[in-house]
Amino acid sequence: MSPQVPMEHGMVLAALLFVIGFAGVIIRRDTIFILLSLEVMLNAAGLAFVVAGSRWAQPDGQVMFIFILAVAAAEVSIGLALVLWLYHWHRTVDIDRANSLRG
Amino acid sequence: MIITFYTAAAVAVIATFLVVTRVNAVHALLYLVVSLMAVAVVFLTLGAPFAAALEVIVYAGAIMVLFVFVVMILSMGPRAVRQEERWLTPRAWIGPSILLLVLVVELLYVLVQGASVGHAGRLVGPEDVGRRLLGPYLLAVELASMLLLAGLVGAYHLAYHLGRRTTTKTAGGTT
Repeated sequence: MSPQVPMEHGMVLAALLFVIGFAGVIIRRDTIFILLSLEVMLNAAGLAFVVAGSRWAQPDGQVMFIFILAVAAAEVSIGLALVLWLYHWHRTVDIDRANSLRG
Repeated sequence: MIITFYTAAAVAVIATFLVVTRVNAVHALLYLVVSLMAVAVVFLTLGAPFAAALEVIVYAGAIMVLFVFVVMILSMGPRAVRQEERWLTPRAWIGPSILLLVLVVELLYVLVQGASVGHAGRLVGPEDVGRRLLGPYLLAVELASMLLLAGLVGAYHLAYHLGRRTTTKTAGGTT
């Protein structure tokens, strides 16, 4: 059998992508960029699942990936609607402007 | 196939790093699409062609399109239309094109070589995933559909009220 990529390397890739996305969430102030970095993190988590599923040749990894995809889709639609609301209220997508509750 | 994995992994990491460091929203979107394509190639090298197809179709094809729409909406108005022209310069395409060229070469190589098998030596295709989904994971599928329904209702509700507000703003409408 030809040599295969070890699972650890796939997990390292997932961890790298996750950390980069996390840095984006923490550092950026533009809400759209925060949502983008969140998508990166979700994608990295899905990659970890698929890598694990491939390791054992089981479809469960891809099944979890499908569910993560559904969660990401629902979250993105609501999140972008909220971004549009934020823009409506404050005329900016700077998330530091949304710093007070009403009343 | 091993080299394909590491090359696609490098492209993914580089593209993702560029996503979070770009100032321009359109540039970041382009690089994120590149990153998703790279992860899809990684899936192909791991023997998960169904996940690769879903990644491209759903993630890069639907979710990223939503982002593009919102960026387009928000670029009108106070963010002047001039910015739109500044965003879509041909120079913006150079970086993503180089990375995508690498991915295209890899994709052609994978297609010529035949699908790769994962670590355990077996390809996990759509049929296996489908059997699993409609068998042991049936409840989770129903829950996911409920989640998507909740997302749909929520997004519609938010958009409806936003639409009503922006059309009655001149009339001084309140909540």
